[in-house]
Amino acid sequence: MAETRSWSLKSRVALAVGAVLLLGGIVVLSVALAYGRQAAREAYDRLLLGAARDIAASITIRDGAAVVDMPASAFQMLALAPEDRIRYRVTGPDGATLTGSDAAPAPPPREGAGPVFYDGDLGDEPGRYVALTRRFAERSFSGPVRVMVGQTLRARQALARDIAGGALAVLAAAGIAIGLFAWLAILSALRPLRRLGRALARRDPTDLTPITLPMPSEIAPVLGALNGFMGRLDRQAMASRNLIGDAAHQLRTPVAAIRAQAQDAQDETDPGRRARLLSRIHARSVGLSRLLDRMLDRAMIIHRTDTAPRAAIDLRDVALEIYEALEDTPGGAAIRLDLPPGPVVVRGDALSLVEAGKNLAANALAHGRAPIRLGVARDGAAARLFARDAGPGPAAAIMDGMGARFAAHAPGGAGLGLAIAREVAQSHGGALSLGPRADGFEAALSLPRLGA
Amino acid sequence: MIRAVFIALLLLAAPARAQELVRDFGPGSATETLRLRSTTDIAVLGPVVEAFLAAHPGLRVAYEQWGSNAMYGLQAADCAAGRAGADLVISSAVHQMVDLVNEGCARPYRSALTAALPDALSWRDELWGVTREPAVMVYNRDLVAPAQVPRSRFDLLDLLRPTESPFRGRVATYDIERSGLGFLFAFADSTEATTFGGLMESFGRSGAIATCCSAEIIDGVAEGRFFVAYNVLGSYALARARHDDRLGVVAPQDYTLVLSRAAMIPRAAGQPRAAAQFVDFLLSEEGRRALEAALLIVRLEGGDGAPIELPQASETLQRPIALSPALLIVLDAHKQALFRARWRDAFPATPDAVP
Repeated sequence: MAETRSWSLKSRVALAVGAVLLLGGIVVLSVALAYGRQAAREAYDRLLLGAARDIAASITIRDGAAVVDMPASAFQMLALAPEDRIRYRVTGPDGATLTGSDAAPAPPPREGAGPVFYDGDLGDEPGRYVALTRRFAERSFSGPVRVMVGQTLRARQALARDIAGGALAVLAAAGIAIGLFAWLAILSALRPLRRLGRALARRDPTDLTPITLPMPSEIAPVLGALNGFMGRLDRQAMASRNLIGDAAHQLRTPVAAIRAQAQDAQDETDPGRRARLLSRIHARSVGLSRLLDRMLDRAMIIHRTDTAPRAAIDLRDVALEIYEALEDTPGGAAIRLDLPPGPVVVRGDALSLVEAGKNLAANALAHGRAPIRLGVARDGAAARLFARDAGPGPAAAIMDGMGARFAAHAPGGAGLGLAIAREVAQSHGGALSLGPRADGFEAALSLPRLGA
Repeated sequence: MIRAVFIALLLLAAPARAQELVRDFGPGSATETLRLRSTTDIAVLGPVVEAFLAAHPGLRVAYEQWGSNAMYGLQAADCAAGRAGADLVISSAVHQMVDLVNEGCARPYRSALTAALPDALSWRDELWGVTREPAVMVYNRDLVAPAQVPRSRFDLLDLLRPTESPFRGRVATYDIERSGLGFLFAFADSTEATTFGGLMESFGRSGAIATCCSAEIIDGVAEGRFFVAYNVLGSYALARARHDDRLGVVAPQDYTLVLSRAAMIPRAAGQPRAAAQFVDFLLSEEGRRALEAALLIVRLEGGDGAPIELPQASETLQRPIALSPALLIVLDAHKQALFRARWRDAFPATPDAVP
């Protein structure tokens, strides 16, 4: 049992869900980090720009010099990133620092008059700067005054982390929810299997009847296959039982008779009577051997119907083979073939069908009135393999018992032939039909036609 | 006083240094020495240091008392050179401390006690506000009738308004050109309320005196040269009022600026662990009690019979000077020049009352 056990469905689904979550997590995390970094950069860049604009707006010209009346609001704005260090610098047209720290780096040279954001160090920490140029054209002062404002990155990093962390928390929650639902789904999906397992375990070992449990469509084929398998087992078991039963029933009397006659022959001293007795023993032995053949044939045929692979066969070939097999038997020459021009194809086991048809034809030969016609016909969606004779058919009382497993009325075990034909027909999804026709009595295998 | 002896001793030991005073605390046998630089008088902070050392027997504290500008310059130079100067720096010129931290001269430290500080009193885990000292008005009880005692800036304005007011020429405040603390208070006032503009104008018209340094101003009030002194550091005023009945101290009712001296551990500190221990001590219950005894923490909440005269509902009117990068504006060259020019308009001449 342990060797046949592979990865459980639960671990497969868990693995799949885990892989999806892990991959999704990596993707979401990297996206969230990038997004968080971007969002934090934009948010705090705006703050920097706002502060720089405030400072630029506070520049006035007094006595021919630019004076920065540093606004408190600019610093309060920068202090919104409470843990970050600040560096600022205002330079005049000649590049000399008017106020602020000389250590603030100048922006990279760039075209355009808009604000320039750039990265630069702030002491030993990395920082982000903005540079803004305000141009003066006064009588006493003319030229660009540049404002540079920078900040360290702690608030940005914290915000980026917050955003990514939030995304990750949502992802983790979603992951837990997905995992939980997947788990519940597996449990619910596997419940029918477990029910099936329990139903099988509870069964009596000899009970091979089909299991009828409502199953979801994904598992129904398994149950169907299981039921089919049990059906075959059942039929084979039944065939064995029948064989044993038939053997017991049908062989006991002839064997006992042979034994008694042999005993008589042993005791007989008169050579003439002894010879008669011996010839009777021989006749009975021949009948017994024929009966035995039929029984074994039937068991073999029933076995084949479940095991032999099915192929597309032309029924006309089957009829031909039967004809050839019977041609040499006594009265076989009276058989005429009746075949349609085109192929009549069914799916089945050729050997079983030949055997069944042979039985029907042999019965017609043995009990019917010549001429015997063996033929194939299309009948709507069905194909028929029939054996017809010109007689009226058996009496109604005999008809009722026909096709049963054995029919005592039939000498030489001929009743078995019909039973075999019926089982072959049924195992091919068809039926055995017996009945009088306008021109005589007909026994036919009616099978579903392929391509109809 | 003992101080004089120490001055003499230490001036001999280190004649080239610009510190005002030096004193060693703790046993000579101690293995570790914490070098503390502070603008606070050794006499004021000394008992707190001793309380700290009582709990840390293996430590010595070498206390250097400095003027705020000199200490700022020294720290900045130490920082630029990566020199291990002091292990702990405590200054009332908090804008200078903010600048030092902004320049990356401080070393971060975090403990439960520093984390418990309100946001306004800590910055980057590198700067901590350790004291609570209100900016107060000091008046002379003999010269100012109880009904006239100014309870707020508006009262002060009203007192100065009449052209024949006896208060004309008798109100003093720090000269911001000579006192960094005065500049800080005046600047905080200017951002706090529009009253300050009126006050400056009024000071100018009434011939108010701008002079240097807490001691001189309080002396002047005690001696009757000034009736009222505006924006005096509460800790000094209360220390003097404790022994001088002539002095009354009022926390202004409209709002009271509260200064927290800032402590930082320099980046290159040689004994950061001991410095951190001292910071934790200053923020602990025991340290706060010691600071309160030294009048460096002045409770403005309730407390009958307190030496300070409090307005009602004082809680909402405290304006702590937050340790934030916004204080950097105080050091801006243009801003200082502009502010000084504005100040000069109100106080055109250096008053003769001060040396």
